[in-house]
Amino acid sequence: MLQRTANIFRLGVKELRSVLADPVLAILLVWTFTFAIYEVAQNAKMEISNASVAIVDEDRSELSRRIQDAFLPPYFKPAVEISGSEIDRSMDTGKFIFVIDIPPGFEADLLSGRKPEIQVNIDATAMSVAGTGASYIQTIITSETLDFLNARGSATQLPLDVVVRASFNPNLNSTWFMAVMQIVNNVTVLAMILTGAALIREREHGTIEHLLVMPVTSAQIMIAKVWANGFIIVVAAGLSLTFVVQGLLQVPIAGSKALFIAGAVIYLFSITSLGILLATMARSMPQFGLLAIPVFVVMELLSGGTTPMESMPDWLQTIMQASPSTHYVSFSQAVLYRGAWIDIVWPQMLTMAAIGCVFFAVSLFRFRKAIVNFS
Amino acid sequence: MSDAPDSVAQLTAVTHKYGDVAALDDVSVEIPSGCMAGLIGPDGVGKSTLLALISGVRTIQAGSVHALSGDMHDKRHRRHCFNRIAYMPQGLGKNLYPTLSIYENLDFFARLFGQASQERHRRIGELLEATGLAPFPDRPAGKLSGGMKQKLGLCCALIHDPDLLVLDEPTTGVDPLSRRQFWQLIDRIRARRPNMSVVVATAYMDEAEEFDWLAAMDDGNIIATGSPSELKSKTSTDTLEAAFIQLLPEHKRSRHKHIVVPQRTGTDGQFAIQATGLTKRFGDFTAVDNVSFDIERGEIFGFLGSNGCGKTTTMKMLTGLLPASAGEARLFNRKLNARDMQTRRRVGYMSQSFSLYGELTVLQNLVLHAHLFHLPDDQREDRITELLQRFDLHDVQDNKPASLPLGVKQRLQLAVAILHQPEVLILDEPTSGVDPIARDDFWQLLIELSRDEGVTIFISTHFMNEASRCDRISLMHAGKVLAVGAPQDLADARQAASLDDAFVAYLEEAITGSEPDAPDTTVGAETTDAVADVHQSSGAFSIRRMWAYASREAKELLRDPIRLAFALLGPIILMVTFGYGISFDVEELPYAVYDQDKSHESRQLLENFSSSRYFVERQPITEPGGVETRLKSGELKFAIEVPSGFGKNLLKGEQPEVGVWLDGAMPFRAETARGYIQGVTAQYIADMSTRQSGRPVSVSPVSIETRFRYNQAFKSTYAITPGCIMLLCILIPAMMTAVGIVREKEMGSITNLYSTPVTRMEFLLGKQLPYIAIAYASFISLCVLVMLVFAVPLKGSFPALAVGALLYVWATTGFGMLVSSFVNSQIAAIFATAILAMIPTMNFSGFMTPVSTLGGGAKVMGAMFPAPYFQQISVGSFTKGLSFPDLWSNHLYLAGFGMSFFLIATFFLRKQDV
Repeated sequence: MLQRTANIFRLGVKELRSVLADPVLAILLVWTFTFAIYEVAQNAKMEISNASVAIVDEDRSELSRRIQDAFLPPYFKPAVEISGSEIDRSMDTGKFIFVIDIPPGFEADLLSGRKPEIQVNIDATAMSVAGTGASYIQTIITSETLDFLNARGSATQLPLDVVVRASFNPNLNSTWFMAVMQIVNNVTVLAMILTGAALIREREHGTIEHLLVMPVTSAQIMIAKVWANGFIIVVAAGLSLTFVVQGLLQVPIAGSKALFIAGAVIYLFSITSLGILLATMARSMPQFGLLAIPVFVVMELLSGGTTPMESMPDWLQTIMQASPSTHYVSFSQAVLYRGAWIDIVWPQMLTMAAIGCVFFAVSLFRFRKAIVNFS
Repeated sequence: MSDAPDSVAQLTAVTHKYGDVAALDDVSVEIPSGCMAGLIGPDGVGKSTLLALISGVRTIQAGSVHALSGDMHDKRHRRHCFNRIAYMPQGLGKNLYPTLSIYENLDFFARLFGQASQERHRRIGELLEATGLAPFPDRPAGKLSGGMKQKLGLCCALIHDPDLLVLDEPTTGVDPLSRRQFWQLIDRIRARRPNMSVVVATAYMDEAEEFDWLAAMDDGNIIATGSPSELKSKTSTDTLEAAFIQLLPEHKRSRHKHIVVPQRTGTDGQFAIQATGLTKRFGDFTAVDNVSFDIERGEIFGFLGSNGCGKTTTMKMLTGLLPASAGEARLFNRKLNARDMQTRRRVGYMSQSFSLYGELTVLQNLVLHAHLFHLPDDQREDRITELLQRFDLHDVQDNKPASLPLGVKQRLQLAVAILHQPEVLILDEPTSGVDPIARDDFWQLLIELSRDEGVTIFISTHFMNEASRCDRISLMHAGKVLAVGAPQDLADARQAASLDDAFVAYLEEAITGSEPDAPDTTVGAETTDAVADVHQSSGAFSIRRMWAYASREAKELLRDPIRLAFALLGPIILMVTFGYGISFDVEELPYAVYDQDKSHESRQLLENFSSSRYFVERQPITEPGGVETRLKSGELKFAIEVPSGFGKNLLKGEQPEVGVWLDGAMPFRAETARGYIQGVTAQYIADMSTRQSGRPVSVSPVSIETRFRYNQAFKSTYAITPGCIMLLCILIPAMMTAVGIVREKEMGSITNLYSTPVTRMEFLLGKQLPYIAIAYASFISLCVLVMLVFAVPLKGSFPALAVGALLYVWATTGFGMLVSSFVNSQIAAIFATAILAMIPTMNFSGFMTPVSTLGGGAKVMGAMFPAPYFQQISVGSFTKGLSFPDLWSNHLYLAGFGMSFFLIATFFLRKQDV
């Protein structure tokens, strides 16, 4: 037992040395966990932020100007005034997502109680913002007109007040979401490629074969790879969470960071095992690259971290339950935003561990044969 | 520098360093023309570097190199020389393409030299005839024996009638019969073309005896030149091997001891290794065919044969690395069990290639292995010190193996193999490529191990002098053992003067037509007009040379069904998954109510929620903390809390408050849910007012008409599937090309770029074309899928989309080539492509987030990538109904990317090795 642990430790340390010895890998690792996370979180938002709006003001009244001025950062860019003939062109080229057309006589009609019509054009190919943007714009226009009428003392009161509050993320700030999801995504891509490619490299260089004639078992070699590569990613993710996400991006972390790291460790076990599994299936590095892409792209896009899980067809939701990333995304959301503790997230942790064990067992079964036959 | 007509190459004060290690140290030499000139000397003394400099495949660092009466520093002269110099790199079939057939390999080289179809056909026919390869033009190069590979390599080198033929260790690892045939072939070619100069590096001194002129090299210096007889008389020795040792500097010579193998004394008759009918098949190829032998304890048993004859496979079966297809292997009288750790402790193995960790130092490697063999702590240090001493590794203990000469690396590998004091050593060609002195040193260690410590040694080699030192040897060819016995007995049995002759005799007997000897035809009915044609060289872009690369790359791709399947089926499967999976259509949100009022009014309000198709109601919440707990677990996406007294207050007109708690963890979903909730509430208010007063009350004083343009139904499919085309047409094509160039670097075929007239642009474009074609085929299949399966109509112009896609895949495959041109390993290429292509494409291309809302660095990063421009074209032509007039600027950008990636990759790629 002691000897086994010692073997695993020794082989893992060797693994750490290999990664650190490759400057390109080290640089990419740093880039991915700092700059890439910052840029994605800060600038590629899934909420209404910085949305581009144009106004065709055919009324030129006080009210139309008030509406135009009501589009405020951070939700909207300042509204740009364009002419009616420019609508099509500017929307075709994606210059504006929303174009509001205020007809002539709008204010006058409103004051005379005629309920004038205002047109909002929305680029419905911008799926992530079109829907929510539309309701924002409706709210803005409504409240501006109500204020305008209130000032003239002709407002109506609603019979009840529905107050919608967002828990865990009161301003529905997607920087929070994107930052954490980007860490999750990067963890997936890096852990899988790092472990899998390291195995293929060892196979191509014949070093793994050498290990197999020594008193070291396949399981020990694999566990060493899992812990060493997992360790690098856990440290990188932990540092990134502390310094980039909490520090630079000022995202408050509701739950326990230790619990998050514990979950990350389990997740990395499953992902690094998957990396090894893929490496036992590929015969060469080019094949591994092609094999890895669909796997991590699917794991990233369909984990519920990009678009909501509920929106997928049931069959696909069922399939995605087999992906550890699905459980890790829901685990991370629960811990980091909702401050959930282990009593709530243990099912996800258990599932990830179970999936990891399956990957590990299958790779172990294939390992020896794959190493010797493909080299 | 004068152009002495009698020298084919002149080097003056040439120094060449790799890092801190000088491969050539101020070398000046003139190599005579029109003869066979040889470079002899150990591995790592700079022979290969010198040849590469003469051939122009390596950049000159310091000093001057003239070849064929011109300065090799001069680009124009080098270009001129590509057609006059042929370079065959070290390593069996190193510059050949294993999946291409013999004919296709030759055809590829002929095209690189600009030969027209008829001429190619004629020349290839002649060469195949002359080398005896004619019967199997369709056999893939990867499936040839070592000897045949080298013959093919020679054919490829001779395809353009070179004036200077440069051969870097052409016969290393080739069986003795093939080796003889190879030199006979060279002799016939020289008889036919007496003016051709041949420069050869070799590790075999017996071959060098036949050369006209020799330069002996040591440690980056030339220590002597002259004909073999001159060298021998100068040193008063009778063999070249002895002469070479005499020529070495004093401190090295003194280390050398003549090897004497003491007789084995007393055997216990026990067997250490027994093989009975051992057979290994890979598919329909039998690598090892019914091999049997027994090795006694303490014996040195030699395994002799060419590369690829099954030696390595047999050894791997004996270590348990490979399971045998048939037969039995026994170690220490027990059937071999690969999982038996105890047996592994008794065996030491050294594989053919260096298989220790290059990133660890010599000492770290030893320590790691000491730990893995669980040497007790108190013995570990002593043992390592002892080995460092005994194997003379003390001075280099903190160096990384990559910087050490092969001989030292092999000593290290042997040290590691015997670290745990095994009883059996299995050594796979441990002295291949090692210089004579280091080889003798190595053998001295082996003899000590065997005679003093009783270690059984099973060693494979292709050196006859080493074989003669073994107690017994087995001759192997094409998977079969031809003979087993003591070296002298085998020679006697064939009445041969030497073991070499005996082996040739056994080989000739074994080969009955499978690999015919070269017929006695003369090579290359060279026609002067053809030469004149070929020798016209120009640096202008040649379609033919580009096409040579394109068709070669395409053939390789078509013969790799796994890559092909990923390239074509992968995107289709992903498109189906994403088309259904990536959806912004938020529906069926699970929610629960905490109704503290339970009045008629509250139930009426809540009914509006439960009847909405957007929501799915779960078990109601019954206790105060329930809202938070259930939101926390992620089970609910929102919860509605109706306070007690709601109904009463509502009827009184006191504007009661209803609280809705959203899960804000996923902002997009929360925002959308908020919109739905507001909609449901507004509906409730309108209904209530209708019930009470008979007319609906309006929440808003204005009527807001929302027009969802391009996608009236506001379905994700219409926006996501065209985006998926964008995504898939970058990730997969870029990944396919990304390993293209690094792989050639790792496999060695990049030499053909260095040594033939092909230009960097021809090379890049030629390699890129097949991938553009396959990516475009994939694009067409995705379009069909989008239109038929997802029923997304193409509202705009198909030509705009089709042209855009062509430019796009040009740019994306170009991106992969660019990555490939500057990284050094395949692993880095895959890593870099995955990260660099994925992050901007997913996030900054407009796929998920509209480009117009991006800010800061994201905007810049997005704009510097081709993805957003094709996103415009794809979504524009599918969903927005646009055509060229609206989209042309995107086409222009894509063309710009394609061109820039191409030019930058050209810039990074080198036409010479550094």
